[in-house]
Amino acid sequence: MPLDDPIAPAITTANGKGSAAPNRLAVIDGDIHPAVRSMNDLKPYLSKRWWDHYETYGMRRKHGSSNGEPYPKSAPLACRRDAWPEEGGRPGSSLRLMQEQHLDAYGIEAGILGPLGNTGQGEMNLELSIAMCSATNDWQRDTFTRPEKRLKGGLVVPYEDGIASAKEIERCGADTDFGQVFLLTRSAEPLGNRRYWPIYEAAERYNLPIGFHVFGTSGHPVSGAGWPSYYIEEGAGHSTSCQTVVTSLVIEGVFERFPKLKVVMIEGGFAWAPALAFRLDKVFERMRNEVPHLKRRPSEYIRDHVYFTTQPMEEPDDRRHVLDVMDWIGWDKLLFASDYPHWDFDDPFRAFPAGVTTEQHRRICAENGKAVFRLN
Amino acid sequence: MSADWKGAIDCDVHPHVPNIDALKAHMNDYWRETVEVRGITAFESVAYPLNAPITMRPDWRGDKDKGRKRADTDPSRTAAALMDRHGFAHSILNCLYAVQLIRDENMAAAFCRAVNDWMRADWLDRDPRYRASIVLPLQNPELAVEEIERCAADKRFVQVLALAMGEVPLGKSQFWPVWKAAEKHGLAIGIHAGSSYHHATTGSGWPSYYLEDYAAQSLAFHTQLGSFIAEGVFVKFPRLKLVLIESGVTWIGPYLWRLSKFWRGVRLEVPWIDRSPIEFVRDHVRLTIQPFDAPASGETVGRLMDQLQSDEMLLFASDFPHWQFDNDDMMPVGINPTLRKKILIDNPLATYSRLGGSHAA
Repeated sequence: MPLDDPIAPAITTANGKGSAAPNRLAVIDGDIHPAVRSMNDLKPYLSKRWWDHYETYGMRRKHGSSNGEPYPKSAPLACRRDAWPEEGGRPGSSLRLMQEQHLDAYGIEAGILGPLGNTGQGEMNLELSIAMCSATNDWQRDTFTRPEKRLKGGLVVPYEDGIASAKEIERCGADTDFGQVFLLTRSAEPLGNRRYWPIYEAAERYNLPIGFHVFGTSGHPVSGAGWPSYYIEEGAGHSTSCQTVVTSLVIEGVFERFPKLKVVMIEGGFAWAPALAFRLDKVFERMRNEVPHLKRRPSEYIRDHVYFTTQPMEEPDDRRHVLDVMDWIGWDKLLFASDYPHWDFDDPFRAFPAGVTTEQHRRICAENGKAVFRLN
Repeated sequence: MSADWKGAIDCDVHPHVPNIDALKAHMNDYWRETVEVRGITAFESVAYPLNAPITMRPDWRGDKDKGRKRADTDPSRTAAALMDRHGFAHSILNCLYAVQLIRDENMAAAFCRAVNDWMRADWLDRDPRYRASIVLPLQNPELAVEEIERCAADKRFVQVLALAMGEVPLGKSQFWPVWKAAEKHGLAIGIHAGSSYHHATTGSGWPSYYLEDYAAQSLAFHTQLGSFIAEGVFVKFPRLKLVLIESGVTWIGPYLWRLSKFWRGVRLEVPWIDRSPIEFVRDHVRLTIQPFDAPASGETVGRLMDQLQSDEMLLFASDFPHWQFDNDDMMPVGINPTLRKKILIDNPLATYSRLGGSHAA
């Protein structure tokens, strides 16, 4: 493979913010994080019963912290220092700044939202989880996707209750403001388990992919080997949570049952995928009689149904290694994501190594997203 | 005997404790009586269901009609299948009797002592080519250190053994006295696939299928590797060797790319890490080659080997009696002769200082 093919020229930057250049890619960004200015933003979307409950008891996620993170980030709210709005509020809460600093600057044609924080996902009280998810979806639509047509919402669902999640998809799924159903990778049970199937059934019906974004509070140690000590371990370990999701979806037969379902693994990297597929194929070959509901090898389900966002881009010492991995995954299954406004942001014009051809770059940044996200 | 394998060091062979009596013979009166009074029949985990295909190759299984015991309970039959047949210099015994399941620290220590003494009497003493790993009661690091000190004088023990999934990651400082003792005695640390099952086997709970449990083992190795590096174990104990056994191989390159990138971004959190994680791995970490997670394509395997950027990281292992290969296809296709010799002989010798170059190459 030639390593000297030029990537599309880097954008001209001005004042550190970038500026539109002619003939640029119409970038599709698979991971943008909107935020509330404060929880008061959700108040109009919650009943008095649930707002009072929230004010009295707060959110209770399954890691025990009511304020702060068990693994403190490496920057306040894990955000870029330049992403704090002048008018106050958190990074990601100002549509104006998001437009100016990100959508306009990089020529983003479509940005897929993934709300994090107190969205209700992973909340211990399922009724509160249901109410918060609905509020988050309504807030997201009114604050971001209605005023800014380039943005598509991530439909958050109270995923530990499959039936309630399907109802939320029913409530919002026909609304073209939403481009994906949004789940987190850490869940009470592996996400291919049948308790989650109503989510997949509803998503498939509305032609919405499932975006599995890293993080979440499962109620279990973050790894099968227990709780690590450091943020670096948690961060690097997200790729293992993603592998648990993909393994479970494939082995439980989710793609047999929902053949039109597409899923996107978000922010967990992608370089792990070939090794996982090799491993699953090998084990499957030996023990396929345990899983007779599978008609094909695990790697074939992965190849057909699973997309991967590229941020944070894996960077081996020798770039050929990551090009091999991208070849094995398939250039049609990789999606650019920026992770705006977080500290480990990727730039669509600088994140990819030399050796990614102009055509491959175009597919990752501007083409493949159209095949998976619901953009119309 | 085949010239292809002569002098090889097989770094992962599993002797099977045939029954509780085999261990009782190595217990003191109190623990023997405890086993009897409380009706303890075994500590065996769900990790390798007896009749699951991967657990044992068909030709190594027992056969009641022919009066044949399973090969892994018989040191002679095991030697015949491996060292006699292929001319291996050594087989390193990693006993997977599930002492890690035990919650009672003192009972765990008693069973570890029994397993280690049983290995010594029933395996090491039966054939001078066997070597073994010391099974540890990591439920209590003090007791684990005691067990190392008790066994270390026997130079046939070349490694201490832990499982990939315990209660907390093994790099944490509570285990440092154990690793200190291992370093002092020139024992490698072996982490083998398996779980204490003290909590779920994935960060998202318990998977439904055994196949998933087995696949998930490699994920726990990601955690253990991250833990040893981030906690600074190799900074604290610069002579340690860490062997990842039955972890698979092809996961490690991509994980290190990710870990190294995070290290560049957040290294203020772990300031004692003065080098890229990849450098620690090249100096300290080794992997056994079975199961080898790659398609049977020499070209693909070649590219995967290139990811390791080192020809010193892989150690030969049969993973006997687990069914990882058929016939004598113990080595992945696409390994060149130079690398092959390093995997078979040089790398194990460099990893296990207690082998002392005394192999019959």
